[in-house]
Amino acid sequence: MVATKKKAPKETSATKTVSKKSADKSSLLFETAEWDFKKIDSTFQAIEQIAIEEMGLNVYPTQIEVITSEQMLDAYSAIGMPLMYSHWSFGKSFVRDDVMYRKGFTGLAYEIVINSNPCLCYIMEENSMTMQALVMAHAAFGHNHFFKNNHLFKQWSDAGAILDYLQFAKNYIAKCEERYGVDEVEKILDSAHALRDQGVDRFTRPLELDDAQVQKRELERLEYEQSQYNEIWRTLPEVEKAPESERSQLESQLAQKLGLPESNILYFLEKNSPILSHWQCEILRIVRSIAQYFYPQKQTKMMNEGCACFVHYHIMNRLHEKGQISEGTMLEFIDFHSRVVAQPAYDHPHFSGINPYALGFAMMKDIERICENPTDEDREWFPHIAGNNKAIETLCDAWANFRDESFILQYLSPHLMREFRLFNLSDNMKNPYMSIDSIHNETGYRAIRSALAAQYSIANMDLDFQVSHVDLHGDRTLTITHTMNNEIPLEEKEAKMVLAHLHRLWGYDITLKSVDPLTDKVEQEIKG
Amino acid sequence: MYIIDRRLNPKGKSLSNRQRFIKRAKNEIKEAVDEAIKSRKISNMDGSERIRIPAGGLHEPRFMGDPKKGKRDRVLPGNRDFVAGDKIKRPPPQGGGQGGSEASEEGEGEDSFQFTLTRDEFLDIFFDDMELPDFIKTSIKQTTAKEFYRAGYKREGSPSNLNLKLTMRNSLARRLCLRRPTREEIEELEGRITSLRAKKKPSVKDKKKLESLLNELEVKQRRRKIVSYIDPIDVRYSSFDEIERPNTQAVMFCLMDVSGSMSEMHKELAKRFFMLLHLFLKRQYSKVDIVFIRHTHHASEVDEDTFFHSRETGGTIVSTALEVMQQVIQDRYSPEDWNIYAAQASDGDNLNSDNATCQKLLRDVLLPACQFFAYVEIWDVHEAEIFRDDSNTTRLWQTYDELRSSNKNFAIKRITKPGDIFPVLKDLFAKDKIMEDV
Repeated sequence: MVATKKKAPKETSATKTVSKKSADKSSLLFETAEWDFKKIDSTFQAIEQIAIEEMGLNVYPTQIEVITSEQMLDAYSAIGMPLMYSHWSFGKSFVRDDVMYRKGFTGLAYEIVINSNPCLCYIMEENSMTMQALVMAHAAFGHNHFFKNNHLFKQWSDAGAILDYLQFAKNYIAKCEERYGVDEVEKILDSAHALRDQGVDRFTRPLELDDAQVQKRELERLEYEQSQYNEIWRTLPEVEKAPESERSQLESQLAQKLGLPESNILYFLEKNSPILSHWQCEILRIVRSIAQYFYPQKQTKMMNEGCACFVHYHIMNRLHEKGQISEGTMLEFIDFHSRVVAQPAYDHPHFSGINPYALGFAMMKDIERICENPTDEDREWFPHIAGNNKAIETLCDAWANFRDESFILQYLSPHLMREFRLFNLSDNMKNPYMSIDSIHNETGYRAIRSALAAQYSIANMDLDFQVSHVDLHGDRTLTITHTMNNEIPLEEKEAKMVLAHLHRLWGYDITLKSVDPLTDKVEQEIKG
Repeated sequence: MYIIDRRLNPKGKSLSNRQRFIKRAKNEIKEAVDEAIKSRKISNMDGSERIRIPAGGLHEPRFMGDPKKGKRDRVLPGNRDFVAGDKIKRPPPQGGGQGGSEASEEGEGEDSFQFTLTRDEFLDIFFDDMELPDFIKTSIKQTTAKEFYRAGYKREGSPSNLNLKLTMRNSLARRLCLRRPTREEIEELEGRITSLRAKKKPSVKDKKKLESLLNELEVKQRRRKIVSYIDPIDVRYSSFDEIERPNTQAVMFCLMDVSGSMSEMHKELAKRFFMLLHLFLKRQYSKVDIVFIRHTHHASEVDEDTFFHSRETGGTIVSTALEVMQQVIQDRYSPEDWNIYAAQASDGDNLNSDNATCQKLLRDVLLPACQFFAYVEIWDVHEAEIFRDDSNTTRLWQTYDELRSSNKNFAIKRITKPGDIFPVLKDLFAKDKIMEDV
């Protein structure tokens, strides 16, 4: 799910006043701000012609759904998905969004697009016709192309099956609630949600979602569990008797059996928790499957928005060149567009980090510039694309094969760094001050580029956890190792609360160790 | 490409999640609502309420890095005059500075959580542990009334329910099918026979004809005898079924002493008391009528405005109001059709000789007809301080108090300030109270 969330647009009165100037009124797709289904249909076709025939985009079939603002709020609370199981936390975000919206603190998204096949685009009924054209270009072609072609989405999420899977998940959890009680299910979901960031496969490609298979697997799991001897339940003290040398060997064998070390904590619990019954395991699986689905989105947020912004900008301009939209529409579009891709400076009151729309769009436009009008500097930095005059092909290649981190490393140009006036602020909490490491100059370009890329890397976005040890001979204590990044320990209050949830899922004691990978020293130990 | 118009889809997709959330946050919300009630005007009870609750039980913990430790690189846009190697002071952790605004917003979100309860949710929580007295017992019985409704036709029934139209239609159909000769046919036949017989010199042909006509007449008459005009199988009765229909209408009587001894403060308190009761009834019943009866030494039914605002002087005879109430019940609100609630507010003054009449009226007539009768006695704060002891009571109070033990649907309370109203009503309606009484 990707939502375009920006302040509400201003009045659209400009549409009417300027439209007289356009040369040929008859070719216009629409003239007034009012939309209807016929206009949407013909505009969609005009956009499609540009996107497919001129730009060569490759998209899933689109399903456009018109919704009201209330329905948009509903979609927000269900993390943007059209269906979702019930949980109080979604209600919490609903009441919060509701207040924020009604008080006017935030506008609602103009559209929500779902990475599914067919690609679902929700558009709001209160959008003007210009906005409808814009969001169709943005979501139905920009995001849609990105979803279908980017390697991360191809590998890690299953667009064809997600809606079916969500349906399965919703039904399954509803059935569990009927059978085991809402409170019991809620407990498991609470705990699973606390660990959902640790429920993602990072190193192996996840299995495909297929709800028929899922149900089959569930049955198998039941039978398997009943038939299977679980190492954790071993009560015979035979290992205790073994000599030290053999013991460590046995230990490592057992660890191997349990698949340790395991970075996907939810997966480990699903497979090995001694206290969870099969429906609880399946709920863990549902939570981590959905987390997995969103995993690529997190890593490509900037590129994805950049791609969509570039596509809508290109398409709207082409529509204007072809005389299909009026000057007024164009003005309305530019007004909106420039607000979306604005990047306030670090000390501006509106600053809240780097705007992915701004950086993404700027990088795409910059690549286009390098392909078409390179400077000497660009030729030196990007010899493989500078002046190749194949901007769209180059971009399509980038959209398919990179993610935010690698994309920045590959394509962030000195020109853009100067334009954004980027600088790197280094903040070591041990020092009483912060220091400026590098700025947008000859000596700083590469450092800034790496630092910015690192900001988008998984290592920086996600914490690194591993289930490292289970005390099978003692009290079944589960040891989880947190490998610290940049000497950042865990926030202890939060960590303790998460451990309480972990304890609920594991049933026995947990030890959480934060280890500095450089020194191998345990810097922090939390028991739960 | 498909376009689907989802705007007409059922609303409230998030409703169940919202309810789960409210259930989860019940305790916190309840505290916040109680707080809100204190400051809220009772006359304004009917609205939504924005509340702020501590986020304790609603927090969703996640593992995260300690923001106060470690090393971080941050690439920021908009450099103006920094050069590499500059050292700058770290901005204070909360507010302002780089990314500070976002962090502080989140920090706030952790401490408390603000949202708006809808009117219904607010009132639900407000009324949470309030119930009408004996509600469970009596209301189930008494809020349903038996009613007859038409339910087709049947073959048996009492003669008064005979459905003439249908019976006659069945009869006609049967007569047509079985070819019952009509009276006209027979008369015509008889006419022809008479005219034949009247001939002075009947020919052979005529004789034969006469014979066949006589035969025909005989057959027809026999047929007419056998095929009756109305047969038991034609008869249909209208059928009525009895159903239990919830009696969803209630009438609330507001009785108030408006004599000179009632000050504006007294009336204000009474008003709030009435409103709260009314609000409560409105939730229980789809239709709630209100009857305002004011009294001095005589009583009359008035409209709301007059009830609260116009002045009248005179003595105080409470029984007059009770009589008017009795009259109104007789005229317009029969206890079989209406749930009758009454709320009486007074300062406790009454003509001494009248108390016995009041007691009798209440005991014999009004209390049996009412679902619930509440009496509040409004005292000045100063009075209440002086006569804190319950033994210092008004005569009217004593009179009413005697009724209390024998009538479960009768409650009396003393109030002195707006803050008392809610506890009084809560006390009046609290389940526990009833349980004790029972």
